[in-house]
Amino acid sequence: MTQTEHEAIERVFRSEYGRVVATLIRQVGDFDLAEDAVQDAVIAALSKWQASGVPKNPGAWLTTAARRKAIDRLRRQTNYQEKLARLEHRVRTDQSAEHGEPVDTQVHDDQLRLIFTCCHPALAMEAQVALTLKTLGGLSTAEIARGFLTSESTMAQRIVRAKRKIKQAGIPYRVPPDAQLPDRVDAVLAVIYLIFNEGYSASTGDNLVRRELCSDAIRLGAAIGALMPDEAEALGLSALMQLNHARRDARTDRGSVVLLEHQDRDLWHRDEIETASLLLDRAIRLEHPGPYQIQAAIAALHSNAAAFTVTDWEQIRALYDRLHNLRPSPVVALNRAVAIAMADGSEKGLVALEEVATELAGYPWYHSSRAELLLRLERYDEATVAFRLAISLTNNRDSRSFLEERLALIS
Amino acid sequence: MKYALLIYSDPTVEASPEDMAKTMEDYYNFTNNINERGINLGGEALDAIETATTVRVRNDETLTTDGPFAETKEVLGGFYLIDVADLDAAVAVAAELPGSWHGSVEVRPVWDFENAQQAE
Repeated sequence: MTQTEHEAIERVFRSEYGRVVATLIRQVGDFDLAEDAVQDAVIAALSKWQASGVPKNPGAWLTTAARRKAIDRLRRQTNYQEKLARLEHRVRTDQSAEHGEPVDTQVHDDQLRLIFTCCHPALAMEAQVALTLKTLGGLSTAEIARGFLTSESTMAQRIVRAKRKIKQAGIPYRVPPDAQLPDRVDAVLAVIYLIFNEGYSASTGDNLVRRELCSDAIRLGAAIGALMPDEAEALGLSALMQLNHARRDARTDRGSVVLLEHQDRDLWHRDEIETASLLLDRAIRLEHPGPYQIQAAIAALHSNAAAFTVTDWEQIRALYDRLHNLRPSPVVALNRAVAIAMADGSEKGLVALEEVATELAGYPWYHSSRAELLLRLERYDEATVAFRLAISLTNNRDSRSFLEERLALIS
Repeated sequence: MKYALLIYSDPTVEASPEDMAKTMEDYYNFTNNINERGINLGGEALDAIETATTVRVRNDETLTTDGPFAETKEVLGGFYLIDVADLDAAVAVAAELPGSWHGSVEVRPVWDFENAQQAE
Protein backbone atom coordinates (compact mmCIF):
# COMPACT_ATOMS: atom_id res chain seq x y z
CA MET A 1 0.00 0.00 0.00
CA THR A 2 1.23 3.45 -0.83
CA GLN A 3 1.73 6.25 1.64
CA THR A 4 -1.22 8.18 0.19
CA GLU A 5 -3.54 5.18 0.51
CA HIS A 6 -2.49 4.77 4.10
CA GLU A 7 -3.09 8.45 4.77
CA ALA A 8 -6.50 8.25 3.10
CA ILE A 9 -7.50 5.43 5.46
CA GLU A 10 -6.16 7.39 8.44
CA ARG A 11 -8.30 10.35 7.41
CA VAL A 12 -11.38 8.15 7.14
CA PHE A 13 -10.73 6.79 10.65
CA ARG A 14 -10.35 10.24 12.09
CA SER A 15 -13.50 11.63 10.53
CA GLU A 16 -15.64 8.55 11.30
CA TYR A 17 -14.29 7.74 14.75
CA GLY A 18 -16.44 10.12 16.79
CA ARG A 19 -19.58 9.12 14.94
CA VAL A 20 -19.00 5.38 15.39
CA VAL A 21 -18.03 5.71 19.07
CA ALA A 22 -21.09 7.88 19.73
CA THR A 23 -23.43 5.19 18.40
CA LEU A 24 -21.60 2.36 20.13
CA ILE A 25 -21.70 4.11 23.51
CA ARG A 26 -25.46 4.38 23.28
CA GLN A 27 -25.85 0.81 22.13
CA VAL A 28 -23.57 -0.80 24.71
CA GLY A 29 -24.04 1.81 27.45
CA ASP A 30 -20.37 1.95 28.36
CA PHE A 31 -17.61 4.34 27.23
CA ASP A 32 -14.70 1.96 27.70
CA LEU A 33 -16.29 -1.01 26.04
CA ALA A 34 -17.41 1.14 23.12
CA GLU A 35 -13.96 2.63 22.62
CA ASP A 36 -12.17 -0.70 22.90
CA ALA A 37 -14.56 -2.24 20.40
CA VAL A 38 -14.10 0.63 17.93
CA GLN A 39 -10.34 0.28 18.34
CA ASP A 40 -10.64 -3.43 17.50
CA ALA A 41 -12.72 -2.54 14.47
CA VAL A 42 -10.18 0.01 13.28
CA ILE A 43 -7.44 -2.61 13.44
CA ALA A 44 -9.61 -5.04 11.50
CA ALA A 45 -10.47 -2.34 8.97
CA LEU A 46 -6.84 -1.48 8.40
CA SER A 47 -5.95 -4.92 7.09
CA LYS A 48 -9.26 -5.45 5.32
CA TRP A 49 -9.33 -2.09 3.53
CA GLN A 50 -5.70 -2.33 2.51
CA ALA A 51 -6.61 -5.46 0.58
CA SER A 52 -10.00 -4.56 -0.84
CA GLY A 53 -10.19 -0.76 -0.64
CA VAL A 54 -12.27 1.59 1.53
CA PRO A 55 -15.97 0.59 1.48
CA LYS A 56 -18.62 2.98 0.22
CA ASN A 57 -19.99 3.69 3.67
CA PRO A 58 -16.96 3.32 6.00
CA GLY A 59 -18.90 4.59 9.02
CA ALA A 60 -21.52 1.82 8.72
CA TRP A 61 -18.79 -0.76 8.12
CA LEU A 62 -16.95 0.33 11.26
CA THR A 63 -20.15 0.45 13.33
CA THR A 64 -21.08 -3.11 12.36
CA ALA A 65 -17.56 -4.40 12.94
CA ALA A 66 -17.28 -2.58 16.27
CA ARG A 67 -20.59 -4.00 17.44
CA ARG A 68 -19.39 -7.54 16.69
CA LYS A 69 -16.19 -6.83 18.59
CA ALA A 70 -18.24 -5.45 21.49
CA ILE A 71 -20.29 -8.66 21.59
CA ASP A 72 -17.06 -10.71 21.60
CA ARG A 73 -15.73 -8.64 24.45
CA LEU A 74 -19.01 -8.86 26.37
CA ARG A 75 -19.03 -12.66 26.12
CA ARG A 76 -15.71 -12.72 27.94
CA GLN A 77 -17.25 -10.93 30.93
CA THR A 78 -19.23 -12.55 33.71
CA ASN A 79 -22.91 -11.66 33.89
CA TYR A 80 -22.82 -10.55 30.29
CA GLN A 81 -26.34 -11.74 29.36
CA GLU A 82 -28.08 -8.66 30.64
CA LYS A 83 -25.73 -6.31 28.81
CA LEU A 84 -25.93 -8.37 25.65
CA ALA A 85 -29.72 -8.30 25.78
CA ARG A 86 -29.62 -4.55 26.18
CA LEU A 87 -27.30 -4.20 23.21
CA GLU A 88 -29.48 -6.42 21.01
CA HIS A 89 -32.55 -4.49 22.03
CA ARG A 90 -30.91 -1.17 21.16
CA VAL A 91 -29.74 -2.45 17.79
CA ARG A 92 -33.22 -3.77 16.97
CA THR A 93 -34.80 -0.42 17.76
CA ASP A 94 -32.30 1.37 15.49
CA GLN A 95 -34.65 1.17 12.53
CA SER A 96 -32.82 1.02 9.29
CA ALA A 97 -32.88 -0.74 5.97
CA GLU A 98 -29.35 -2.01 6.28
CA HIS A 99 -28.21 -4.56 8.85
CA GLY A 100 -29.70 -2.73 11.81
CA GLU A 101 -27.51 0.32 11.21
CA PRO A 102 -28.83 3.47 12.85
CA VAL A 103 -30.41 5.91 10.44
CA ASP A 104 -28.80 9.29 9.87
CA THR A 105 -30.93 11.18 12.38
CA GLN A 106 -30.05 8.57 14.99
CA VAL A 107 -26.31 8.92 14.27
CA HIS A 108 -26.76 12.68 14.47
CA ASP A 109 -28.43 12.41 17.90
CA ASP A 110 -25.77 10.00 19.11
CA GLN A 111 -23.05 12.48 18.27
CA LEU A 112 -24.84 15.29 20.07
CA ARG A 113 -25.27 13.07 23.13
CA LEU A 114 -21.58 12.32 23.12
CA ILE A 115 -20.60 15.99 22.82
CA PHE A 116 -22.82 17.05 25.70
CA THR A 117 -21.66 14.18 27.88
CA CYS A 118 -17.96 14.89 27.26
CA CYS A 119 -18.54 18.58 28.03
CA HIS A 120 -20.70 18.01 31.11
CA PRO A 121 -20.13 20.70 33.77
CA ALA A 122 -19.70 18.04 36.47
CA LEU A 123 -16.36 17.21 34.82
CA ALA A 124 -13.32 19.44 35.27
CA MET A 125 -12.57 21.60 32.24
CA GLU A 126 -9.31 19.81 31.50
CA ALA A 127 -11.12 16.47 31.67
CA GLN A 128 -13.78 17.78 29.27
CA VAL A 129 -11.08 18.82 26.82
CA ALA A 130 -9.24 15.50 27.02
CA LEU A 131 -12.40 13.44 26.69
CA THR A 132 -13.67 15.49 23.75
CA LEU A 133 -10.42 15.07 21.82
CA LYS A 134 -10.25 11.37 22.67
CA THR A 135 -13.75 10.18 21.97
CA LEU A 136 -15.06 12.75 19.53
CA GLY A 137 -11.84 13.76 17.84
CA GLY A 138 -10.34 10.28 17.67
CA LEU A 139 -6.94 11.44 18.94
CA SER A 140 -4.72 9.04 20.82
CA THR A 141 -3.88 9.68 24.46
CA ALA A 142 -0.25 10.26 23.41
CA GLU A 143 -1.28 12.90 20.88
CA ILE A 144 -3.44 14.74 23.42
CA ALA A 145 -0.64 14.60 25.99
CA ARG A 146 1.80 16.14 23.49
CA GLY A 147 -0.74 18.83 22.61
CA PHE A 148 -1.19 19.85 26.23
CA LEU A 149 2.45 19.39 27.27
CA THR A 150 1.75 16.74 29.88
CA SER A 151 2.97 13.19 30.20
CA GLU A 152 1.02 10.40 28.58
CA SER A 153 0.41 8.75 31.95
CA THR A 154 -1.06 11.95 33.41
CA MET A 155 -3.34 12.33 30.42
CA ALA A 156 -4.35 8.65 30.50
CA GLN A 157 -5.22 8.99 34.18
CA ARG A 158 -7.26 12.12 33.52
CA ILE A 159 -9.29 10.33 30.84
CA VAL A 160 -9.79 7.19 32.94
CA ARG A 161 -10.96 9.29 35.87
CA ALA A 162 -13.40 11.26 33.71
CA LYS A 163 -14.91 8.11 32.22
CA ARG A 164 -15.20 6.56 35.65
CA LYS A 165 -17.02 9.63 36.90
CA ILE A 166 -19.47 9.54 33.98
CA LYS A 167 -20.30 5.95 34.88
CA GLN A 168 -20.22 6.05 38.67
CA ALA A 169 -21.81 9.45 39.21
CA GLY A 170 -24.55 8.81 36.67
CA ILE A 171 -23.82 11.59 34.18
CA PRO A 172 -26.60 11.05 31.63
CA TYR A 173 -25.82 10.23 27.99
CA ARG A 174 -28.24 12.61 26.39
CA VAL A 175 -28.87 16.00 24.86
CA PRO A 176 -29.85 18.36 27.70
CA PRO A 177 -33.47 19.56 27.91
CA ASP A 178 -34.31 22.94 26.33
CA ALA A 179 -34.12 24.87 29.61
CA GLN A 180 -30.48 23.91 30.11
CA LEU A 181 -29.48 23.98 26.46
CA PRO A 182 -28.10 27.55 26.15
CA ASP A 183 -25.69 27.09 29.07
CA ARG A 184 -24.67 23.66 27.94
CA VAL A 185 -24.03 24.79 24.36
CA ASP A 186 -21.83 27.58 25.76
CA ALA A 187 -19.86 24.98 27.69
CA VAL A 188 -19.32 22.87 24.56
CA LEU A 189 -18.15 25.88 22.55
CA ALA A 190 -15.80 26.91 25.37
CA VAL A 191 -14.13 23.49 25.24
CA ILE A 192 -13.66 23.69 21.47
CA TYR A 193 -12.26 27.23 21.66
CA LEU A 194 -9.88 26.23 24.44
CA ILE A 195 -8.54 23.41 22.25
CA PHE A 196 -8.06 25.87 19.40
CA ASN A 197 -6.26 28.45 21.53
CA GLU A 198 -3.97 25.83 23.01
CA GLY A 199 -2.77 25.14 19.47
CA TYR A 200 -2.92 28.74 18.33
CA SER A 201 -0.71 30.13 21.07
CA ALA A 202 1.89 27.49 20.21
CA SER A 203 2.61 28.95 16.83
CA THR A 204 6.28 28.26 16.30
CA GLY A 205 7.97 25.64 14.14
CA ASP A 206 9.04 23.29 16.90
CA ASN A 207 5.48 23.36 18.18
CA LEU A 208 3.97 21.96 15.01
CA VAL A 209 2.35 19.05 16.83
CA ARG A 210 0.50 21.47 19.02
CA ARG A 211 -0.60 23.50 16.03
CA GLU A 212 -2.54 20.46 14.85
CA LEU A 213 -4.88 21.13 17.75
CA CYS A 214 -6.11 24.10 15.68
CA SER A 215 -7.15 21.79 12.85
CA ASP A 216 -8.70 19.38 15.36
CA ALA A 217 -10.70 22.20 16.95
CA ILE A 218 -11.82 23.45 13.52
CA ARG A 219 -12.89 19.94 12.56
CA LEU A 220 -14.85 19.56 15.82
CA GLY A 221 -16.32 23.05 15.42
CA ALA A 222 -17.51 22.24 11.90
CA ALA A 223 -19.08 19.01 13.15
CA ILE A 224 -20.91 20.88 15.90
CA GLY A 225 -22.02 23.55 13.43
CA ALA A 226 -23.44 20.80 11.23
CA LEU A 227 -25.19 19.17 14.19
CA MET A 228 -26.67 22.45 15.45
CA PRO A 229 -27.16 24.56 12.31
CA ASP A 230 -29.42 27.02 14.14
CA GLU A 231 -26.90 27.86 16.87
CA ALA A 232 -25.51 31.18 15.66
CA GLU A 233 -22.66 31.13 18.15
CA ALA A 234 -21.55 27.65 17.06
CA LEU A 235 -21.24 28.95 13.49
CA GLY A 236 -19.62 32.13 14.80
CA LEU A 237 -16.98 30.13 16.66
CA SER A 238 -16.28 28.03 13.56
CA ALA A 239 -15.84 31.19 11.49
CA LEU A 240 -13.61 32.78 14.15
CA MET A 241 -11.28 29.77 14.34
CA GLN A 242 -11.06 29.42 10.57
CA LEU A 243 -10.32 33.13 10.11
CA ASN A 244 -7.51 33.07 12.66
CA HIS A 245 -6.11 29.81 11.33
CA ALA A 246 -6.08 31.18 7.76
CA ARG A 247 -3.26 33.52 8.86
CA ARG A 248 -1.07 30.72 10.24
CA ASP A 249 1.73 30.95 7.63
CA ALA A 250 2.19 34.67 8.15
CA ARG A 251 2.09 34.68 11.95
CA THR A 252 5.65 33.47 12.43
CA ASP A 253 8.89 33.99 10.60
CA ARG A 254 11.79 31.65 11.39
CA GLY A 255 10.41 30.99 14.85
CA SER A 256 9.55 34.53 15.92
CA VAL A 257 6.14 36.13 16.16
CA VAL A 258 5.06 38.54 13.41
CA LEU A 259 2.46 41.12 14.44
CA LEU A 260 -0.63 41.60 12.31
CA GLU A 261 0.79 44.93 11.18
CA HIS A 262 3.88 43.32 9.69
CA GLN A 263 2.39 40.14 8.31
CA ASP A 264 2.76 39.30 4.61
CA ARG A 265 -0.90 39.24 3.61
CA ASP A 266 -0.09 37.22 0.48
CA LEU A 267 0.59 34.28 2.80
CA TRP A 268 -2.95 34.30 4.15
CA HIS A 269 -5.17 31.50 2.87
CA ARG A 270 -7.71 33.47 0.87
CA ASP A 271 -9.98 30.49 0.12
CA GLU A 272 -10.33 29.75 3.84
CA ILE A 273 -11.03 33.41 4.63
CA GLU A 274 -13.76 33.40 2.02
CA THR A 275 -15.37 30.21 3.36
CA ALA A 276 -15.24 31.52 6.92
CA SER A 277 -16.71 34.90 5.91
CA LEU A 278 -19.66 33.15 4.27
CA LEU A 279 -20.13 31.06 7.41
CA LEU A 280 -20.13 34.22 9.52
CA ASP A 281 -22.75 35.79 7.24
CA ARG A 282 -24.93 32.73 7.78
CA ALA A 283 -24.48 33.04 11.56
CA ILE A 284 -25.36 36.75 11.56
CA ARG A 285 -28.52 36.11 9.55
CA LEU A 286 -29.79 33.92 12.41
CA GLU A 287 -30.02 37.17 14.42
CA HIS A 288 -28.67 35.81 17.70
CA PRO A 289 -25.55 37.89 18.21
CA GLY A 290 -22.92 36.75 20.66
CA PRO A 291 -19.26 37.11 21.57
CA TYR A 292 -17.92 34.53 19.10
CA GLN A 293 -19.70 36.19 16.19
CA ILE A 294 -18.41 39.61 17.22
CA GLN A 295 -14.85 38.33 17.50
CA ALA A 296 -15.25 36.62 14.12
CA ALA A 297 -16.54 39.88 12.63
CA ILE A 298 -13.43 41.66 13.95
CA ALA A 299 -11.19 38.93 12.52
CA ALA A 300 -13.05 39.17 9.19
CA LEU A 301 -12.45 42.92 8.99
CA HIS A 302 -8.72 42.32 9.48
CA SER A 303 -8.68 39.43 7.05
CA ASN A 304 -10.48 41.29 4.31
CA ALA A 305 -8.41 44.50 4.59
CA ALA A 306 -5.90 44.87 1.76
CA ALA A 307 -3.34 46.39 4.13
CA PHE A 308 -2.96 47.18 7.82
CA THR A 309 -3.26 50.93 7.15
CA VAL A 310 -6.57 50.63 5.29
CA THR A 311 -8.21 48.46 7.99
CA ASP A 312 -11.67 49.70 9.02
CA TRP A 313 -10.64 50.68 12.55
CA GLU A 314 -13.86 52.62 13.23
CA GLN A 315 -15.86 49.48 12.67
CA ILE A 316 -13.45 47.36 14.71
CA ARG A 317 -13.65 49.79 17.60
CA ALA A 318 -17.46 49.69 17.45
CA LEU A 319 -17.34 45.87 17.55
CA TYR A 320 -14.99 45.92 20.54
CA ASP A 321 -17.45 48.28 22.27
CA ARG A 322 -20.20 45.72 21.75
CA LEU A 323 -17.99 42.88 22.89
CA HIS A 324 -17.02 44.83 25.97
CA ASN A 325 -20.68 45.47 26.82
CA LEU A 326 -21.53 41.80 26.35
CA ARG A 327 -18.49 40.21 28.04
CA PRO A 328 -16.45 42.82 29.84
CA SER A 329 -12.91 41.66 30.52
CA PRO A 330 -9.58 43.46 30.92
CA VAL A 331 -8.15 41.76 27.82
CA VAL A 332 -11.12 42.87 25.71
CA ALA A 333 -10.59 46.38 27.11
CA LEU A 334 -6.94 46.18 26.06
CA ASN A 335 -7.86 45.24 22.48
CA ARG A 336 -10.48 47.95 22.46
CA ALA A 337 -7.85 50.49 23.53
CA VAL A 338 -5.62 49.42 20.64
CA ALA A 339 -8.54 49.86 18.22
CA ILE A 340 -9.22 53.32 19.67
CA ALA A 341 -5.56 54.20 19.14
CA MET A 342 -5.83 53.16 15.49
CA ALA A 343 -9.14 54.93 14.91
CA ASP A 344 -8.64 58.11 16.96
CA GLY A 345 -4.90 58.37 17.52
CA SER A 346 -2.34 56.99 19.97
CA GLU A 347 -3.07 59.62 22.66
CA LYS A 348 -6.69 58.48 22.97
CA GLY A 349 -5.52 54.87 22.95
CA LEU A 350 -3.19 55.53 25.89
CA VAL A 351 -6.05 57.10 27.87
CA ALA A 352 -8.21 54.01 27.20
CA LEU A 353 -5.33 51.77 28.30
CA GLU A 354 -5.13 53.61 31.64
CA GLU A 355 -8.53 52.16 32.55
CA VAL A 356 -7.08 48.66 32.90
CA ALA A 357 -3.63 49.65 34.20
CA THR A 358 -4.07 48.03 37.62
CA GLU A 359 -5.92 44.94 36.44
CA LEU A 360 -3.35 44.15 33.77
CA ALA A 361 -0.24 45.25 35.66
CA GLY A 362 1.13 41.70 35.45
CA TYR A 363 0.15 41.07 31.82
CA PRO A 364 3.10 41.47 29.40
CA TRP A 365 0.93 42.38 26.40
CA TYR A 366 -0.54 45.32 28.28
CA HIS A 367 2.93 46.82 28.70
CA SER A 368 4.01 46.00 25.15
CA SER A 369 0.84 47.58 23.71
CA ARG A 370 1.50 50.65 25.79
CA ALA A 371 5.13 50.66 24.62
CA GLU A 372 4.06 50.52 20.96
CA LEU A 373 1.74 53.52 21.41
CA LEU A 374 4.45 55.48 23.27
CA LEU A 375 6.84 54.62 20.44
CA ARG A 376 4.42 56.07 17.89
CA LEU A 377 4.24 59.25 19.96
CA GLU A 378 8.06 59.31 20.01
CA ARG A 379 8.09 59.12 23.84
CA TYR A 380 11.13 56.82 23.68
CA ASP A 381 12.14 56.80 27.36
CA GLU A 382 8.71 55.75 28.52
CA ALA A 383 8.50 53.20 25.69
CA THR A 384 11.81 51.67 26.79
CA VAL A 385 10.58 51.29 30.37
CA ALA A 386 7.33 49.69 29.19
CA PHE A 387 9.11 47.22 26.86
CA ARG A 388 11.48 46.22 29.68
CA LEU A 389 8.52 45.62 31.97
CA ALA A 390 6.86 43.47 29.30
CA ILE A 391 10.05 41.44 28.82
CA SER A 392 10.44 40.86 32.55
CA LEU A 393 6.88 39.52 32.72
CA THR A 394 7.02 36.97 29.90
CA ASN A 395 8.23 33.40 30.24
CA ASN A 396 7.65 32.43 26.64
CA ARG A 397 10.92 32.29 24.72
CA ASP A 398 9.46 33.41 21.38
CA SER A 399 7.53 36.32 22.86
CA ARG A 400 10.62 37.37 24.75
CA SER A 401 12.89 37.46 21.73
CA PHE A 402 10.21 39.36 19.83
CA LEU A 403 9.95 42.01 22.55
CA GLU A 404 13.74 42.27 22.78
CA GLU A 405 13.86 42.97 19.04
CA ARG A 406 11.29 45.73 19.44
CA LEU A 407 13.26 47.25 22.30
CA ALA A 408 16.48 47.12 20.26
CA LEU A 409 14.79 49.37 17.67
CA ILE A 410 14.68 52.26 20.13
CA SER A 411 18.09 52.12 21.75
CA MET B 1 -29.60 6.02 41.22
CA LYS B 2 -29.13 6.88 44.86
CA TYR B 3 -27.32 10.07 45.82
CA ALA B 4 -26.40 11.63 49.14
CA LEU B 5 -26.83 15.38 49.29
CA LEU B 6 -24.38 16.59 51.92
CA ILE B 7 -25.15 20.06 53.19
CA TYR B 8 -22.22 22.24 54.19
CA SER B 9 -22.44 25.64 55.80
CA ASP B 10 -20.38 28.19 57.65
CA PRO B 11 -21.31 27.89 61.37
CA THR B 12 -19.86 31.30 62.23
CA VAL B 13 -22.57 33.08 60.26
CA GLU B 14 -25.23 34.15 62.76
CA ALA B 15 -28.78 34.23 61.49
CA SER B 16 -31.49 36.48 62.88
CA PRO B 17 -34.58 34.77 64.37
CA GLU B 18 -36.57 35.84 61.29
CA ASP B 19 -33.97 34.31 58.97
CA MET B 20 -33.95 31.13 61.05
CA ALA B 21 -37.72 30.86 60.80
CA LYS B 22 -37.57 31.45 57.06
CA THR B 23 -34.87 28.78 56.64
CA MET B 24 -36.90 26.27 58.66
CA GLU B 25 -39.89 26.95 56.47
CA ASP B 26 -37.80 26.54 53.30
CA TYR B 27 -36.50 23.18 54.52
CA TYR B 28 -40.00 22.10 55.50
CA ASN B 29 -41.27 22.93 52.00
CA PHE B 30 -38.31 21.25 50.33
CA THR B 31 -38.78 18.03 52.33
CA ASN B 32 -42.50 17.97 51.59
CA ASN B 33 -41.80 18.51 47.94
CA ILE B 34 -39.33 15.63 47.58
CA ASN B 35 -41.62 13.40 49.64
CA GLU B 36 -44.46 14.07 47.24
CA ARG B 37 -42.21 13.26 44.29
CA GLY B 38 -41.32 9.98 45.98
CA ILE B 39 -37.57 10.53 45.74
CA ASN B 40 -36.77 11.09 49.42
CA LEU B 41 -35.09 8.13 51.10
CA GLY B 42 -34.43 10.03 54.32
CA GLY B 43 -32.13 12.57 55.88
CA GLU B 44 -31.26 14.37 59.06
CA ALA B 45 -30.07 17.72 60.29
CA LEU B 46 -26.99 17.45 62.49
CA ASP B 47 -26.35 19.28 65.73
CA ALA B 48 -23.63 21.93 65.91
CA ILE B 49 -20.01 21.02 65.22
CA GLU B 50 -19.13 21.81 68.88
CA THR B 51 -21.11 18.71 69.89
CA ALA B 52 -19.07 16.37 67.69
CA THR B 53 -16.65 13.73 68.91
CA THR B 54 -14.10 12.00 66.69
CA VAL B 55 -13.21 8.36 67.28
CA ARG B 56 -10.11 6.51 66.07
CA VAL B 57 -8.99 3.01 67.00
CA ARG B 58 -5.21 2.58 66.87
CA ASN B 59 -3.39 -0.45 68.26
CA ASP B 60 -6.62 -1.66 69.83
CA GLU B 61 -6.92 1.61 71.70
CA THR B 62 -9.93 3.84 71.24
CA LEU B 63 -8.95 7.47 70.95
CA THR B 64 -11.65 10.08 71.31
CA THR B 65 -11.12 13.73 70.56
CA ASP B 66 -13.26 16.78 70.74
CA GLY B 67 -14.23 18.08 67.36
CA PRO B 68 -13.35 17.85 64.40
CA PHE B 69 -12.37 21.48 64.18
CA ALA B 70 -10.96 21.41 60.70
CA GLU B 71 -9.40 24.46 59.08
CA THR B 72 -12.15 24.52 56.46
CA LYS B 73 -14.80 27.10 57.11
CA GLU B 74 -17.76 25.00 55.96
CA VAL B 75 -18.87 22.02 58.03
CA LEU B 76 -21.30 19.19 57.41
CA GLY B 77 -24.64 20.24 58.83
CA GLY B 78 -27.03 17.64 57.50
CA PHE B 79 -27.88 15.33 54.63
CA TYR B 80 -30.58 13.86 52.45
CA LEU B 81 -30.57 10.58 50.63
CA ILE B 82 -32.47 10.68 47.35
CA ASP B 83 -33.25 8.30 44.51
CA VAL B 84 -33.38 9.92 41.06
CA ALA B 85 -32.61 9.02 37.44
CA ASP B 86 -29.17 10.55 36.99
CA LEU B 87 -26.69 13.22 38.06
CA ASP B 88 -28.55 16.00 36.24
CA ALA B 89 -31.67 15.20 38.25
CA ALA B 90 -29.65 15.03 41.48
CA VAL B 91 -28.04 18.41 40.74
CA ALA B 92 -31.48 19.89 40.07
CA VAL B 93 -32.71 18.66 43.47
CA ALA B 94 -29.54 19.97 45.14
CA ALA B 95 -30.25 23.39 43.63
CA GLU B 96 -33.70 23.35 45.26
CA LEU B 97 -32.18 22.52 48.62
CA PRO B 98 -32.06 25.69 50.78
CA GLY B 99 -28.56 24.68 51.92
CA SER B 100 -27.19 25.35 48.42
CA TRP B 101 -28.49 28.93 48.43
CA HIS B 102 -26.09 30.03 51.17
CA GLY B 103 -23.59 27.26 51.84
CA SER B 104 -22.94 24.39 49.45
CA VAL B 105 -24.29 20.94 48.74
CA GLU B 106 -22.04 18.07 47.78
CA VAL B 107 -23.73 15.52 45.52
CA ARG B 108 -22.26 12.06 46.00
CA PRO B 109 -23.49 8.90 44.34
CA VAL B 110 -24.05 6.06 46.77
CA TRP B 111 -21.62 3.21 46.17
CA ASP B 112 -23.40 0.45 44.30
CA PHE B 113 -21.97 -2.84 45.63
CA GLU B 114 -23.88 -5.09 43.28
CA ASN B 115 -22.82 -3.30 40.11
CA ALA B 116 -19.28 -2.84 41.34
CA GLN B 117 -18.94 -6.58 41.85
CA GLN B 118 -20.35 -7.30 38.42
CA ALA B 119 -17.81 -5.08 36.78
CA GLU B 120 -14.91 -6.99 38.33
